[in-house]
Amino acid sequence: MKSYMMAVAALALAVGGAQAQSNYPERPITMIVPFAAGGPTDVVARIVGEHMSRTLGQQIVVENVAGAGGTTGITRAAQANADGYTIMMGHMGTHGAAPALYPNLKYDPAKDFAPIGLAAGTPILIVAKNGIPAKTLKEFNDYAKANADKLNEAHAGVGSVSHTTCTLFNSQLGIKPNRVAYRGTGPALNDLVAGQVDYACDQIVNLVPQIKAGTIKAFAVATPQRNPALPDVPTTIEAGMPDYQVSAWNAIFAPKGTPEAIVTKLTGALSKALDDEGTRKRLLDLGADIPDANGRTPKALQQLVESEVGRWTPVLKAAGITAN
Amino acid sequence: MDMLANLGLGFSTILNIVPVELPGIGAVPLPMNIILCFIGCLVGTLIGVLPGVGPIATITMLLPITFQLGNPTGALVMLAGIYYGAQYGGSTTAILVNIPGEATSVVTTLDGHEMAKQGRAGVALGISAIGSFFAGCVATVVIAALAAPLTGVALLFGPAEYFALMVMGLIFAVVLARGSVAKAVTMILVGLLLSTIGTDLETGQERLTFGFAPLSDGVDFAVLAMGVFGFAEVLRNLEVSENRDVVNKPIGRLLPSLDDLKASVAPVLRGTALGASLGILPGNGAVLGPFASYTLEKKIAKDPRRFGRGAIEGVAGPESANNAGAQTSFIPLLTLGIPPNAVMALMVGAMTIQGIIPGPQVMTRNPDLFWGMIASMWIGNLMLLIINLPLIGLWVRLLKVPYRLMFPAILVFSCIGIYSVNNSPADVVFTAVFALFGYSLIKLGFEPAPMLLGFVLGKLMEENLRRALIISRGDMVTFLEKPISATLLAIAAVMLCLALLPSVRKSRDEVFTE
Repeated sequence: MKSYMMAVAALALAVGGAQAQSNYPERPITMIVPFAAGGPTDVVARIVGEHMSRTLGQQIVVENVAGAGGTTGITRAAQANADGYTIMMGHMGTHGAAPALYPNLKYDPAKDFAPIGLAAGTPILIVAKNGIPAKTLKEFNDYAKANADKLNEAHAGVGSVSHTTCTLFNSQLGIKPNRVAYRGTGPALNDLVAGQVDYACDQIVNLVPQIKAGTIKAFAVATPQRNPALPDVPTTIEAGMPDYQVSAWNAIFAPKGTPEAIVTKLTGALSKALDDEGTRKRLLDLGADIPDANGRTPKALQQLVESEVGRWTPVLKAAGITAN
Repeated sequence: MDMLANLGLGFSTILNIVPVELPGIGAVPLPMNIILCFIGCLVGTLIGVLPGVGPIATITMLLPITFQLGNPTGALVMLAGIYYGAQYGGSTTAILVNIPGEATSVVTTLDGHEMAKQGRAGVALGISAIGSFFAGCVATVVIAALAAPLTGVALLFGPAEYFALMVMGLIFAVVLARGSVAKAVTMILVGLLLSTIGTDLETGQERLTFGFAPLSDGVDFAVLAMGVFGFAEVLRNLEVSENRDVVNKPIGRLLPSLDDLKASVAPVLRGTALGASLGILPGNGAVLGPFASYTLEKKIAKDPRRFGRGAIEGVAGPESANNAGAQTSFIPLLTLGIPPNAVMALMVGAMTIQGIIPGPQVMTRNPDLFWGMIASMWIGNLMLLIINLPLIGLWVRLLKVPYRLMFPAILVFSCIGIYSVNNSPADVVFTAVFALFGYSLIKLGFEPAPMLLGFVLGKLMEENLRRALIISRGDMVTFLEKPISATLLAIAAVMLCLALLPSVRKSRDEVFTE
């Protein structure tokens, strides 16, 4: 299917470059999601992509190309024809942490893409098993320091959102727990609920139902404002850790060299999707943050990518973490 | 009697008739959920039969369609139908062409394909459909009655317990072998080695990839299974030009005889119990079900020599275990909101897209969805039986297709299937490489089944071993301190001793060597 579409893409490019732009899109658009179907990034891509399809008048087909912390799919998407028919849903890991984690990375997040716009951010939450006596982030800090030799943190694998964001959390608190790797958020959450491990940092969408059911407890959400999905959970600013501001953002990119007219069209479709009530509700139900009009421009996304790469590289390097 | 009221709610959700706008006809009242359930079961059966195209690829492809449905129950009922439908269909290729579509149908190839070679393909397909139906019904009742209390079981299994379970599973693998024990152990070790390829979970370092990027996520199960079973089987069949044993035999009876059924009753019951219990465990415990069932049947059989040569018990037990496990693996998802395997993780995605965040509250907050899904499982199993029994004649007739037409079709469909798993061309090439490897194995008299089991369990075993040791700060005693893991390890040790005791081994060799 893909090679067929690539053949068609090559043909279309040869026949009429400039004319194709004004009629864009004339056939379905492939959105590469660099993670397995069903995960948080995939869900955001499908929710946003569904509304964008309606605006653009062509289907946006999600293609999941998982592997190597999302870099496999992004590498492939970066090398696709820059004709607007291949776009991708990147995120904090692929366009922020990846340069530090993967020394052999084949793309530069800040230089090899035409940013379309930020789609949604999912805030990071600090959670712990119920068996821990601490009730607040401060108490947890004390507990962690007092029990430094037996503290266990669960994460979803080296390079995952839960792993990178908790690396920052640990370094800011100055704790060095034993870090237990799981294959994805599900198994990690299972052992957290069961009390095999002590705490974790992860995207809010994965955790809300468990917190509401009281199977685990939340200490703080790493955003300036409290999250409507969990109004009782304080922010890290309220909890006394104001520097810990982290969100696993998802954003749409096109390969470098994609014509500006096409980028503008896609940015417009994305922004329209984010203004749609139904789409908003779906994203808010996930606990996601929706960027305001200023945050949706390609320029804002470019700045975000640059600041994120600048932020994660020293943190991960200091922790001595690389993924290959 | 809450359960009856709940099931009533479930069935009324499923049987609910809604007006549907049909183009050109207008609004027609239709039982949409039943129709979606049927579509799911049918699609599931078909993709199960197509080698390589697994439920994961199909559910991924169908996710966008569920978006348009706007009816969470209907969407999930359909996706669930695909999943357990694929378990039915997967055994069809295992029996007919010796290709296990999934890890759970590997054992079905052992005796199922042998039965097909003896002209008993119809009986094998029939008993697997009947066994699966029975197991599906029992598992549905188990979920309805015990889902809530069983929730705790998933939480009892931490890394230490899981490691012990995997050790026990590997000991089973030795019993699986038909030939010499030494060769079986060798194959298990090769499987374990293959499972270590890829990025290490704890450190992020690449192992055994030789800097080759497509290997950085390891070898996919479908790639390995399709290569060493499917493609290698094709190569071997091509040696004997057009004289495949299957073709020469008469088709034989299509449905199991009374004697077949009698021989299968106990294995089906035992398989259902084993599969249903293992299915509840997190981290894909359902994979062990069919292996455990096969091992059990072979151990308690009066004449274990029949196993591997077309014993109907070796099909009936594992097939029931397979389906029971597929069904009970919904328990952790529905009650805890935690997916135990990759397919369930996709179901989480499907639920999230529909605006239902899976978690412990689904049962109370969306009771129609929860009980509707359970009711649909029973209806789905009935549909599968109705779809599959008449199809047996058709499948068996497929074996009469000349092999020169059949094998290109098998290869093409397999390649499409392999590609669809990760959208990766490299996977297709790997499959070809494993085909050559598998062919050499057959020529040298090594069994690929223990290798696949080693491969499936290896990753889980290593990861859980390291996890348990990280949590215990390197203290090995942790495996003996926990009652469940200690018990499982003790069982494994006893089985190993039985296999190694000289007097027992003598009779073992008689049993296992041809």
